[in-house]
Amino acid sequence: MLSLLKTLWIVFRHLFRRRETILYPEERAYLAPRWRGRIILSRDPDGGERCVACYLCAVVCPVECIALQATEDGYGRRYPEFFRINFSRCIFCGFCEDACPTYAIQLTPDFEMCECHRPNLIYEKEDLLIAGPGKYPGYNFYRVAGLSIRGKAKGKAENEAPPVDLRSLMP
Amino acid sequence: MIETIHQLVIVLGVLIVVLSIAGGLIWLERRLLGLWQDRYGPNRVGPFGVLQVPADMIKVFGKEDWVPPFADKAVFVLAPAIIIVTALMTFAIIPFAPGIEVAHLNIGLLFFLAMSSMGVYSVALAGWSSDNKYSLLGGLRAAAQMVSYEVFMGLSLLGVVMLAGSFDLFKIVEAQRRIWFCIPQFLGFVIFLIAGVAETHRLPFDLPEAESELVAGYHSEYSGMKFGMFFVGEYLGITLISALIVTLFFGGWLGPILPPTIWFALKTFFFICGFILLRASLPRPRYDQLMSFGWKVMLPLALLNIVVTAGILLALPH
Repeated sequence: MLSLLKTLWIVFRHLFRRRETILYPEERAYLAPRWRGRIILSRDPDGGERCVACYLCAVVCPVECIALQATEDGYGRRYPEFFRINFSRCIFCGFCEDACPTYAIQLTPDFEMCECHRPNLIYEKEDLLIAGPGKYPGYNFYRVAGLSIRGKAKGKAENEAPPVDLRSLMP
Repeated sequence: MIETIHQLVIVLGVLIVVLSIAGGLIWLERRLLGLWQDRYGPNRVGPFGVLQVPADMIKVFGKEDWVPPFADKAVFVLAPAIIIVTALMTFAIIPFAPGIEVAHLNIGLLFFLAMSSMGVYSVALAGWSSDNKYSLLGGLRAAAQMVSYEVFMGLSLLGVVMLAGSFDLFKIVEAQRRIWFCIPQFLGFVIFLIAGVAETHRLPFDLPEAESELVAGYHSEYSGMKFGMFFVGEYLGITLISALIVTLFFGGWLGPILPPTIWFALKTFFFICGFILLRASLPRPRYDQLMSFGWKVMLPLALLNIVVTAGILLALPH
Protein backbone atom coordinates (compact mmCIF):
# COMPACT_ATOMS: atom_id res chain seq x y z
CA MET A 1 0.00 0.00 0.00
CA LEU A 2 2.82 2.37 0.88
CA SER A 3 4.61 1.57 -2.35
CA LEU A 4 1.47 2.51 -4.30
CA LEU A 5 1.38 5.93 -2.64
CA LYS A 6 5.09 6.33 -3.33
CA THR A 7 4.46 5.51 -7.01
CA LEU A 8 1.72 8.11 -7.15
CA TRP A 9 4.06 10.71 -5.63
CA ILE A 10 6.92 9.89 -8.01
CA VAL A 11 4.64 10.16 -11.03
CA PHE A 12 3.14 13.38 -9.70
CA ARG A 13 6.60 14.95 -9.42
CA HIS A 14 7.02 14.52 -13.18
CA LEU A 15 4.65 17.50 -13.48
CA PHE A 16 7.68 19.69 -12.88
CA ARG A 17 10.10 17.90 -15.19
CA ARG A 18 11.22 19.11 -18.58
CA ARG A 19 9.48 17.41 -21.48
CA GLU A 20 11.51 15.11 -23.65
CA THR A 21 9.49 15.71 -26.80
CA ILE A 22 11.10 17.54 -29.71
CA LEU A 23 8.31 19.37 -31.56
CA TYR A 24 9.47 18.10 -34.92
CA PRO A 25 8.67 20.49 -37.73
CA GLU A 26 9.63 23.52 -35.59
CA GLU A 27 12.50 21.98 -33.68
CA ARG A 28 14.79 19.37 -35.12
CA ALA A 29 16.95 16.75 -33.51
CA TYR A 30 20.69 16.88 -34.13
CA LEU A 31 21.70 14.45 -36.86
CA ALA A 32 25.28 13.20 -36.75
CA PRO A 33 27.38 13.64 -39.91
CA ARG A 34 27.47 9.85 -40.32
CA TRP A 35 23.69 9.53 -39.92
CA ARG A 36 22.32 7.05 -42.45
CA GLY A 37 19.72 8.84 -44.55
CA ARG A 38 19.07 9.65 -48.20
CA ILE A 39 21.66 8.02 -50.48
CA ILE A 40 23.69 10.14 -52.92
CA LEU A 41 26.35 9.51 -55.56
CA SER A 42 29.38 11.77 -55.19
CA ARG A 43 31.89 13.11 -57.69
CA ASP A 44 35.65 13.23 -57.40
CA PRO A 45 37.40 16.62 -57.01
CA ASP A 46 37.82 16.91 -60.77
CA GLY A 47 34.07 16.66 -61.23
CA GLY A 48 33.99 13.19 -62.74
CA GLU A 49 31.67 10.50 -61.48
CA ARG A 50 33.27 8.37 -58.79
CA CYS A 51 31.10 5.33 -59.46
CA VAL A 52 32.90 2.67 -61.47
CA ALA A 53 29.80 0.45 -61.78
CA CYS A 54 31.38 -2.51 -60.00
CA TYR A 55 27.94 -3.75 -58.80
CA LEU A 56 29.20 -4.33 -55.24
CA CYS A 57 26.49 -2.10 -53.77
CA ALA A 58 23.77 -3.84 -55.75
CA VAL A 59 25.09 -7.22 -54.63
CA VAL A 60 25.40 -6.35 -50.96
CA CYS A 61 22.03 -4.62 -50.75
CA PRO A 62 19.84 -6.85 -48.55
CA VAL A 63 16.58 -5.61 -50.09
CA GLU A 64 17.88 -5.36 -53.64
CA CYS A 65 16.82 -1.80 -54.12
CA ILE A 66 19.82 -0.76 -56.23
CA ALA A 67 19.83 -1.38 -59.97
CA LEU A 68 22.57 -0.27 -62.35
CA GLN A 69 24.12 -1.02 -65.69
CA ALA A 70 27.86 -0.65 -66.32
CA THR A 71 29.30 0.89 -69.44
CA GLU A 72 32.65 2.33 -70.55
CA ASP A 73 33.65 5.53 -72.19
CA GLY A 74 36.03 5.29 -75.14
CA TYR A 75 39.14 5.41 -72.92
CA GLY A 76 38.46 2.48 -70.60
CA ARG A 77 36.85 4.42 -67.77
CA ARG A 78 33.85 2.56 -66.36
CA TYR A 79 30.70 4.37 -65.27
CA PRO A 80 27.05 3.39 -64.76
CA GLU A 81 24.80 3.79 -67.77
CA PHE A 82 21.89 4.09 -65.39
CA PHE A 83 21.83 3.97 -61.61
CA ARG A 84 18.51 3.54 -59.90
CA ILE A 85 17.63 3.31 -56.20
CA ASN A 86 14.13 2.40 -55.13
CA PHE A 87 13.76 4.27 -51.83
CA SER A 88 10.44 2.61 -51.06
CA ARG A 89 12.47 -0.55 -50.53
CA CYS A 90 15.66 0.92 -49.09
CA ILE A 91 16.18 0.18 -45.39
CA PHE A 92 19.09 2.63 -44.96
CA CYS A 93 21.42 -0.05 -43.63
CA GLY A 94 24.51 1.60 -45.16
CA PHE A 95 25.94 -1.66 -46.52
CA CYS A 96 26.26 -0.09 -49.96
CA GLU A 97 28.42 2.68 -48.55
CA ASP A 98 30.62 0.09 -46.80
CA ALA A 99 30.93 -2.00 -49.93
CA CYS A 100 31.78 0.86 -52.28
CA PRO A 101 35.49 0.75 -53.25
CA THR A 102 35.52 4.31 -54.56
CA TYR A 103 33.54 6.25 -51.92
CA ALA A 104 31.01 6.97 -54.65
CA ILE A 105 27.81 5.95 -52.86
CA GLN A 106 27.26 7.73 -49.54
CA LEU A 107 24.46 8.13 -47.02
CA THR A 108 23.55 11.63 -45.85
CA PRO A 109 21.81 13.06 -42.76
CA ASP A 110 18.51 13.72 -44.52
CA PHE A 111 15.37 11.68 -44.03
CA GLU A 112 12.61 14.01 -45.26
CA MET A 113 11.73 12.32 -48.52
CA CYS A 114 7.98 11.66 -48.24
CA GLU A 115 6.08 11.23 -51.47
CA CYS A 116 2.43 10.67 -52.22
CA HIS A 117 3.15 8.30 -55.09
CA ARG A 118 5.47 5.33 -54.90
CA PRO A 119 7.04 5.88 -58.34
CA ASN A 120 8.34 9.22 -57.06
CA LEU A 121 10.53 7.33 -54.61
CA ILE A 122 12.53 5.74 -57.40
CA TYR A 123 15.59 7.96 -57.81
CA GLU A 124 17.51 7.92 -61.08
CA LYS A 125 21.19 8.78 -61.51
CA GLU A 126 20.56 12.46 -62.13
CA ASP A 127 18.56 12.61 -58.86
CA LEU A 128 21.32 10.85 -56.94
CA LEU A 129 24.41 12.60 -58.28
CA ILE A 130 25.61 15.60 -56.29
CA ALA A 131 28.11 18.21 -57.40
CA GLY A 132 30.77 17.64 -54.72
CA PRO A 133 32.89 14.90 -53.20
CA GLY A 134 30.61 14.32 -50.17
CA LYS A 135 32.27 13.05 -47.01
CA TYR A 136 35.69 12.42 -48.64
CA PRO A 137 37.08 15.64 -50.09
CA GLY A 138 40.27 15.26 -52.13
CA TYR A 139 39.86 11.56 -52.80
CA ASN A 140 40.06 10.62 -56.43
CA PHE A 141 39.93 6.91 -57.20
CA TYR A 142 41.61 7.10 -60.59
CA ARG A 143 44.51 9.12 -59.12
CA VAL A 144 45.41 6.31 -56.71
CA ALA A 145 44.41 3.29 -58.78
CA GLY A 146 46.90 1.62 -61.10
CA LEU A 147 44.57 1.64 -64.06
CA SER A 148 45.58 3.70 -67.05
CA ILE A 149 42.91 6.01 -68.30
CA ARG A 150 42.85 9.15 -70.32
CA GLY A 151 45.17 11.80 -68.85
CA LYS A 152 47.02 9.30 -66.66
CA ALA A 153 49.35 6.67 -67.97
CA LYS A 154 50.47 3.49 -66.20
CA GLY A 155 52.76 4.24 -63.25
CA LYS A 156 51.60 7.82 -62.90
CA ALA A 157 49.24 7.27 -59.96
CA GLU A 158 50.04 8.50 -56.47
CA ASN A 159 52.60 6.24 -54.71
CA GLU A 160 52.78 4.04 -57.78
CA ALA A 161 56.21 2.87 -59.03
CA PRO A 162 56.80 3.15 -62.78
CA PRO A 163 56.06 -0.13 -64.53
CA VAL A 164 58.91 -2.58 -65.01
CA ASP A 165 60.10 -2.84 -68.60
CA LEU A 166 60.01 -6.60 -69.15
CA ARG A 167 62.24 -6.44 -72.20
CA SER A 168 65.04 -4.58 -70.47
CA LEU A 169 68.03 -6.45 -69.01
CA MET A 170 68.59 -3.81 -66.31
CA PRO A 171 67.68 -4.84 -62.75
CA MET B 1 -45.00 28.21 -15.33
CA ILE B 2 -41.88 29.99 -14.03
CA GLU B 3 -41.27 26.94 -11.87
CA THR B 4 -41.38 24.60 -14.88
CA ILE B 5 -39.06 26.78 -16.97
CA HIS B 6 -36.64 27.02 -14.06
CA GLN B 7 -36.63 23.23 -13.77
CA LEU B 8 -36.14 22.79 -17.52
CA VAL B 9 -33.21 25.21 -17.52
CA ILE B 10 -31.56 23.26 -14.73
CA VAL B 11 -32.13 19.92 -16.47
CA LEU B 12 -30.74 21.16 -19.77
CA GLY B 13 -27.90 23.01 -18.06
CA VAL B 14 -26.82 19.94 -16.11
CA LEU B 15 -27.07 17.77 -19.22
CA ILE B 16 -25.01 20.11 -21.38
CA VAL B 17 -22.43 20.91 -18.72
CA VAL B 18 -21.95 17.28 -17.72
CA LEU B 19 -21.65 16.03 -21.31
CA SER B 20 -19.22 18.76 -22.31
CA ILE B 21 -17.14 18.07 -19.20
CA ALA B 22 -17.05 14.38 -20.14
CA GLY B 23 -15.87 15.37 -23.62
CA GLY B 24 -13.33 17.83 -22.28
CA LEU B 25 -11.97 15.17 -19.95
CA ILE B 26 -10.76 13.18 -22.94
CA TRP B 27 -8.51 16.11 -23.81
CA LEU B 28 -7.60 16.79 -20.18
CA GLU B 29 -6.64 13.19 -19.56
CA ARG B 30 -4.43 13.01 -22.61
CA ARG B 31 -2.69 16.28 -21.70
CA LEU B 32 -2.21 15.31 -18.06
CA LEU B 33 -0.92 11.86 -18.96
CA GLY B 34 1.48 13.62 -21.30
CA LEU B 35 2.67 15.91 -18.53
CA TRP B 36 3.23 13.02 -16.17
CA GLN B 37 5.11 11.09 -18.83
CA ASP B 38 7.32 14.06 -19.82
CA ARG B 39 5.69 14.64 -23.19
CA TYR B 40 3.04 16.94 -24.67
CA GLY B 41 -0.08 15.03 -25.64
CA PRO B 42 -2.43 16.58 -28.21
CA ASN B 43 -1.27 20.18 -28.77
CA ARG B 44 -1.83 20.87 -32.46
CA VAL B 45 -5.58 21.23 -33.04
CA GLY B 46 -6.63 24.62 -31.74
CA PRO B 47 -5.09 26.39 -28.75
CA PHE B 48 -3.33 23.79 -26.56
CA GLY B 49 -5.05 21.10 -28.62
CA VAL B 50 -8.51 21.66 -27.10
CA LEU B 51 -10.15 21.15 -30.48
CA GLN B 52 -8.78 17.59 -30.60
CA VAL B 53 -12.03 16.27 -29.14
CA PRO B 54 -14.32 17.91 -31.75
CA ALA B 55 -11.92 16.68 -34.44
CA ASP B 56 -12.08 13.15 -33.05
CA MET B 57 -15.86 13.39 -32.82
CA ILE B 58 -16.13 14.33 -36.50
CA LYS B 59 -13.89 11.38 -37.28
CA VAL B 60 -15.96 8.99 -35.14
CA PHE B 61 -19.18 10.11 -36.83
CA GLY B 62 -17.57 9.44 -40.17
CA LYS B 63 -16.72 5.85 -39.25
CA GLU B 64 -18.82 2.98 -40.47
CA ASP B 65 -21.37 2.12 -37.82
CA TRP B 66 -20.98 -1.61 -38.15
CA VAL B 67 -22.93 -4.34 -36.36
CA PRO B 68 -21.21 -7.72 -36.72
CA PRO B 69 -23.43 -10.27 -38.49
CA PHE B 70 -22.92 -12.77 -35.64
CA ALA B 71 -23.95 -10.28 -32.94
CA ASP B 72 -27.27 -10.17 -31.14
CA LYS B 73 -28.40 -7.00 -32.88
CA ALA B 74 -30.97 -5.52 -30.51
CA VAL B 75 -28.84 -6.02 -27.39
CA PHE B 76 -25.70 -4.94 -29.23
CA VAL B 77 -27.26 -1.59 -30.08
CA LEU B 78 -28.88 -1.15 -26.68
CA ALA B 79 -25.79 -1.83 -24.55
CA PRO B 80 -23.85 1.42 -25.15
CA ALA B 81 -26.97 3.47 -24.51
CA ILE B 82 -27.42 1.96 -21.04
CA ILE B 83 -24.07 3.16 -19.74
CA ILE B 84 -24.79 6.75 -20.79
CA VAL B 85 -28.36 6.71 -19.54
CA THR B 86 -27.49 5.34 -16.10
CA ALA B 87 -24.63 7.77 -15.64
CA LEU B 88 -26.76 10.74 -16.70
CA MET B 89 -29.65 9.58 -14.51
CA THR B 90 -27.40 9.61 -11.48
CA PHE B 91 -26.38 13.21 -12.14
CA ALA B 92 -30.04 14.08 -11.55
CA ILE B 93 -29.70 13.58 -7.81
CA ILE B 94 -26.41 15.38 -7.22
CA PRO B 95 -26.84 18.73 -5.48
CA PHE B 96 -24.35 20.98 -7.27
CA ALA B 97 -25.31 23.92 -5.09
CA PRO B 98 -28.40 24.89 -3.06
CA GLY B 99 -31.21 25.04 -5.61
CA ILE B 100 -29.20 23.56 -8.46
CA GLU B 101 -30.26 19.96 -8.59
CA VAL B 102 -32.50 18.18 -11.03
CA ALA B 103 -34.42 15.94 -8.65
CA HIS B 104 -34.55 16.16 -4.89
CA LEU B 105 -34.90 12.54 -3.74
CA ASN B 106 -34.94 11.69 -0.08
CA ILE B 107 -33.29 8.37 -1.00
CA GLY B 108 -30.72 9.90 -3.35
CA LEU B 109 -27.89 7.66 -2.23
CA LEU B 110 -29.94 4.50 -2.81
CA PHE B 111 -30.85 5.83 -6.25
CA PHE B 112 -27.18 6.19 -7.07
CA LEU B 113 -26.43 2.63 -5.93
CA ALA B 114 -29.35 1.31 -7.99
CA MET B 115 -28.22 3.19 -11.08
CA SER B 116 -24.62 2.05 -10.77
CA SER B 117 -25.89 -1.52 -10.55
CA MET B 118 -27.84 -0.95 -13.75
CA GLY B 119 -24.64 0.27 -15.36
CA VAL B 120 -23.20 -3.22 -15.03
CA TYR B 121 -25.77 -4.44 -17.56
CA SER B 122 -24.29 -2.22 -20.22
CA VAL B 123 -20.86 -3.78 -20.00
CA ALA B 124 -22.03 -7.34 -19.40
CA LEU B 125 -24.57 -7.21 -22.25
CA ALA B 126 -22.07 -5.60 -24.60
CA GLY B 127 -19.66 -8.46 -23.95
CA TRP B 128 -22.38 -11.06 -24.31
CA SER B 129 -24.08 -9.75 -27.44
CA SER B 130 -20.80 -9.28 -29.33
CA ASP B 131 -20.44 -13.08 -29.53
CA ASN B 132 -16.66 -12.76 -29.43
CA LYS B 133 -14.57 -14.63 -26.91
CA TYR B 134 -12.55 -11.60 -25.85
CA SER B 135 -15.66 -9.48 -25.50
CA LEU B 136 -17.32 -12.23 -23.51
CA LEU B 137 -14.32 -12.54 -21.20
CA GLY B 138 -14.37 -8.76 -20.72
CA GLY B 139 -18.08 -8.79 -20.01
CA LEU B 140 -17.71 -11.66 -17.51
CA ARG B 141 -14.89 -9.88 -15.74
CA ALA B 142 -16.87 -6.67 -15.64
CA ALA B 143 -19.93 -8.37 -14.18
CA ALA B 144 -17.95 -10.18 -11.47
CA GLN B 145 -15.80 -7.15 -10.65
CA MET B 146 -18.63 -4.67 -10.47
CA VAL B 147 -20.93 -6.92 -8.48
CA SER B 148 -18.28 -7.67 -5.89
CA TYR B 149 -17.06 -4.08 -5.63
CA GLU B 150 -20.57 -2.76 -5.34
CA VAL B 151 -21.07 -4.74 -2.14
CA PHE B 152 -18.56 -2.76 -0.14
CA MET B 153 -19.22 0.41 -2.07
CA GLY B 154 -22.67 0.39 -0.53
CA LEU B 155 -21.31 -0.62 2.86
CA SER B 156 -18.68 2.13 2.85
CA LEU B 157 -21.42 4.73 2.46
CA LEU B 158 -23.34 3.55 5.51
CA GLY B 159 -20.93 5.40 7.79
CA VAL B 160 -21.81 8.66 6.06
CA VAL B 161 -25.49 7.83 6.24
CA MET B 162 -25.22 7.14 9.97
CA LEU B 163 -23.41 10.41 10.63
CA ALA B 164 -25.83 12.47 8.56
CA GLY B 165 -28.89 10.46 9.57
CA SER B 166 -30.28 10.59 6.04
CA PHE B 167 -30.03 9.14 2.54
CA ASP B 168 -30.76 12.59 1.17
CA LEU B 169 -27.63 14.00 -0.51
CA PHE B 170 -28.70 17.58 0.30
CA LYS B 171 -28.96 16.76 4.00
CA ILE B 172 -25.66 14.88 3.89
CA VAL B 173 -23.91 18.00 2.58
CA GLU B 174 -25.67 20.18 5.15
CA ALA B 175 -24.49 17.81 7.90
CA GLN B 176 -20.90 18.57 6.92
CA ARG B 177 -21.07 22.25 7.90
CA ARG B 178 -19.00 21.60 11.03
CA ILE B 179 -16.56 19.02 9.71
CA TRP B 180 -16.18 17.30 6.33
CA PHE B 181 -16.94 13.57 6.52
CA CYS B 182 -13.55 12.70 5.04
CA ILE B 183 -12.06 13.12 8.54
CA PRO B 184 -14.42 11.07 10.72
CA GLN B 185 -15.06 8.68 7.83
CA PHE B 186 -11.54 8.49 6.40
CA LEU B 187 -11.66 4.70 6.02
CA GLY B 188 -15.06 4.97 4.35
CA PHE B 189 -13.65 7.57 1.97
CA VAL B 190 -10.70 5.37 0.97
CA ILE B 191 -12.95 2.35 0.45
CA PHE B 192 -15.43 4.38 -1.59
CA LEU B 193 -12.61 5.80 -3.71
CA ILE B 194 -11.26 2.32 -4.50
CA ALA B 195 -14.74 0.97 -5.17
CA GLY B 196 -15.46 4.00 -7.35
CA VAL B 197 -12.39 3.38 -9.48
CA ALA B 198 -13.45 -0.27 -9.85
CA GLU B 199 -17.02 0.81 -10.59
CA THR B 200 -15.97 3.02 -13.49
CA HIS B 201 -13.53 0.25 -14.52
CA ARG B 202 -10.69 2.71 -14.79
CA LEU B 203 -7.06 1.81 -14.38
CA PRO B 204 -5.78 0.13 -12.23
CA PHE B 205 -9.11 -1.77 -12.22
CA ASP B 206 -9.66 -1.81 -15.99
CA LEU B 207 -9.70 -5.58 -16.26
CA PRO B 208 -12.92 -5.63 -18.34
CA GLU B 209 -11.02 -3.69 -21.02
CA ALA B 210 -7.46 -4.88 -20.39
CA GLU B 211 -6.22 -3.95 -23.86
CA SER B 212 -3.01 -5.93 -23.36
CA GLU B 213 -4.93 -9.17 -22.77
CA LEU B 214 -8.41 -8.85 -24.29
CA VAL B 215 -7.96 -6.61 -27.37
CA ALA B 216 -10.41 -4.03 -26.00
CA GLY B 217 -12.49 -6.27 -23.74
CA TYR B 218 -16.24 -5.81 -23.87
CA HIS B 219 -16.16 -3.17 -26.64
CA SER B 220 -13.85 -5.02 -29.04
CA GLU B 221 -16.58 -5.32 -31.64
CA TYR B 222 -17.88 -1.78 -31.34
CA SER B 223 -17.10 0.94 -33.83
CA GLY B 224 -18.15 4.47 -34.65
CA MET B 225 -20.36 6.33 -32.23
CA LYS B 226 -21.33 3.17 -30.34
CA PHE B 227 -17.73 2.92 -29.24
CA GLY B 228 -17.81 6.66 -28.65
CA MET B 229 -20.70 6.19 -26.24
CA PHE B 230 -18.72 3.69 -24.17
CA PHE B 231 -15.87 6.14 -24.23
CA VAL B 232 -17.97 9.10 -23.12
CA GLY B 233 -19.76 6.85 -20.61
CA GLU B 234 -16.44 6.09 -18.96
CA TYR B 235 -15.66 9.79 -18.56
CA LEU B 236 -19.20 10.45 -17.33
CA GLY B 237 -18.52 7.76 -14.73
CA ILE B 238 -15.32 9.48 -13.61
CA THR B 239 -17.10 12.81 -13.28
CA LEU B 240 -19.94 11.13 -11.43
CA ILE B 241 -17.76 9.32 -8.91
CA SER B 242 -15.68 12.47 -8.35
CA ALA B 243 -18.83 14.52 -7.81
CA LEU B 244 -20.14 11.92 -5.37
CA ILE B 245 -16.87 11.81 -3.42
CA VAL B 246 -17.09 15.58 -3.11
CA THR B 247 -20.73 15.46 -2.06
CA LEU B 248 -20.37 12.65 0.44
CA PHE B 249 -16.95 13.26 1.97
CA PHE B 250 -15.71 16.74 1.07
CA GLY B 251 -18.61 18.97 1.94
CA GLY B 252 -20.15 19.35 -1.51
CA TRP B 253 -20.59 23.03 -2.30
CA LEU B 254 -19.51 24.19 1.18
CA GLY B 255 -16.50 26.48 1.33
CA PRO B 256 -15.54 30.06 2.17
CA ILE B 257 -15.59 33.18 -0.07
CA LEU B 258 -16.14 31.59 -3.51
CA PRO B 259 -19.68 30.82 -4.72
CA PRO B 260 -20.96 27.28 -4.03
CA THR B 261 -20.89 26.06 -7.65
CA ILE B 262 -17.25 27.11 -8.01
CA TRP B 263 -16.35 25.20 -4.86
CA PHE B 264 -18.14 22.12 -6.13
CA ALA B 265 -16.44 22.35 -9.52
CA LEU B 266 -12.99 22.89 -7.98
CA LYS B 267 -13.27 19.91 -5.64
CA THR B 268 -14.63 17.68 -8.39
CA PHE B 269 -11.83 18.75 -10.72
CA PHE B 270 -9.29 17.83 -8.05
CA PHE B 271 -10.63 14.28 -7.80
CA ILE B 272 -10.87 13.91 -11.58
CA CYS B 273 -7.16 14.75 -11.75
CA GLY B 274 -6.65 12.13 -9.03
CA PHE B 275 -8.34 9.53 -11.24
CA ILE B 276 -6.00 10.44 -14.08
CA LEU B 277 -2.97 10.30 -11.80
CA LEU B 278 -4.02 6.79 -10.77
CA ARG B 279 -4.12 5.81 -14.41
CA ALA B 280 -0.72 7.37 -15.05
CA SER B 281 1.04 5.51 -12.28
CA LEU B 282 -0.50 2.21 -11.23
CA PRO B 283 -0.27 -1.14 -13.04
CA ARG B 284 -3.23 -3.47 -13.45
CA PRO B 285 -3.54 -6.30 -10.86
CA ARG B 286 -4.12 -9.89 -11.84
CA TYR B 287 -7.76 -10.95 -11.92
CA ASP B 288 -7.59 -13.26 -8.88
CA GLN B 289 -5.71 -10.55 -6.97
CA LEU B 290 -8.51 -8.14 -7.79
CA MET B 291 -11.21 -10.48 -6.52
CA SER B 292 -9.39 -11.56 -3.38
CA PHE B 293 -8.52 -7.92 -2.61
CA GLY B 294 -12.19 -7.03 -2.91
CA TRP B 295 -13.62 -9.84 -0.82
CA LYS B 296 -10.83 -10.49 1.68
CA VAL B 297 -9.57 -6.97 2.40
CA MET B 298 -12.07 -4.32 1.40
CA LEU B 299 -15.26 -6.05 2.52
CA PRO B 300 -14.02 -6.76 6.10
CA LEU B 301 -12.65 -3.20 6.28
CA ALA B 302 -15.99 -1.78 5.20
CA LEU B 303 -17.82 -3.87 7.81
CA LEU B 304 -15.30 -2.82 10.45
CA ASN B 305 -15.89 0.80 9.50
CA ILE B 306 -19.64 0.39 10.01
CA VAL B 307 -19.23 -1.32 13.39
CA VAL B 308 -16.77 1.26 14.71
CA THR B 309 -18.79 4.22 13.45
CA ALA B 310 -21.99 2.82 14.90
CA GLY B 311 -20.26 2.05 18.22
CA ILE B 312 -18.86 5.58 18.51
CA LEU B 313 -22.20 7.12 17.58
CA LEU B 314 -23.95 5.07 20.23
CA ALA B 315 -21.31 5.76 22.86
CA LEU B 316 -21.26 9.53 22.34
CA PRO B 317 -24.45 11.21 23.56
CA HIS B 318 -25.59 13.97 21.20
